[in-house]
Amino acid sequence: MKILFSLLVISALFPAIIVDAQVIKVVNFEEFQPIIQKNNDTTYVINFWATWCIPCVKELPYFEDINSEFKDRKFKMILVSLDFKSQMESSLIPFIEKKNIESEVILLSDPDANTWISMVNEDWTGSIPATIIYNKDHYSFTEGSLTYNELKETITKYIIE
Amino acid sequence: MKNLIITIVLTITFSTSFSQGYGTGDKAIDFNLLNIDGQYLSLDDYDEAKGFIVIFTCNHCPFSIAYEDRIIAIDKKYKALGYPVIAINSNDSTIAETDSYSHMKVRAKEKGFTFPYLLDADQSIARTYGATRTPHVYVLSKDKKKLLVKYIGAIDDNHEEPEKVKAKFLEDAVDALLDGNSPNPDFTKAIGCTIKFSK
Repeated sequence: MKILFSLLVISALFPAIIVDAQVIKVVNFEEFQPIIQKNNDTTYVINFWATWCIPCVKELPYFEDINSEFKDRKFKMILVSLDFKSQMESSLIPFIEKKNIESEVILLSDPDANTWISMVNEDWTGSIPATIIYNKDHYSFTEGSLTYNELKETITKYIIE
Repeated sequence: MKNLIITIVLTITFSTSFSQGYGTGDKAIDFNLLNIDGQYLSLDDYDEAKGFIVIFTCNHCPFSIAYEDRIIAIDKKYKALGYPVIAINSNDSTIAETDSYSHMKVRAKEKGFTFPYLLDADQSIARTYGATRTPHVYVLSKDKKKLLVKYIGAIDDNHEEPEKVKAKFLEDAVDALLDGNSPNPDFTKAIGCTIKFSK
């Protein structure tokens, strides 16, 4: 009886979990690199962040607002989490669910940061937040926080109709 | 003539405001900062030291926390060899409240820090050194009366899984100095929490 009850509870809960949860793709740098090297009409916003990073969490709503404004254009937002892989279930996924994050989130998990930080951008010292905005004609890299207006201004300038 | 003056003024202004902090080979300044024991501490207080492992760190940052045990081990090993660890917290605690002086004392006690843990209250040392994240390491060596920057960067190449570390950048750098060589690499990068500078 107890088992049957558990099964009922699980089957009742499980679909909801699947529907709500964003599937977080975990990538190493080799798998990640093509995302910052595309050469097409789409304007990409690539934001490096983590749930434990106070200024990142503070600017995240701006990125979410921008994403909902531009998502129907030639535009793609990717939030690249640098959370510890071991804390994906305990920190990252609950955070995304609680904040209702709609932009795509991927987890970049690659310990050899000394090598790949400079491959993202030569000037990046490794602190987050850091953001790349680019398409085939434009490129900008920012180490530090961005405001809604700064994001919107750059994207409006870059976006290709 | 007027143009020349403008050029000079602009050059001075730019080189000051765009200062990136130290590079390896630069002469580092000493400091006088409040330690968790209530005393002020300077590098000048260490007569016997050959140099210092200065680590900008803090309480709240998961990267700093992940490295605490390794920093303690490094201090125990290298203090005896003449390179003690000097930890500095430069964060504005109005932005990261658990980085306040009282929280520093609590964290140091909990973890049994074997090294001084100093408060850079006006953040001037982080700015002068060019520290941007935690943990951010500067190895200094004594050259007569001067302090020279010999290594800047990360502790090792795996913050999350200490057992999978392949390159111990910091220890290799200090070992090289102890052997009379220059560290190679003398500059590495790592992901870390931004130092919370006051606006």
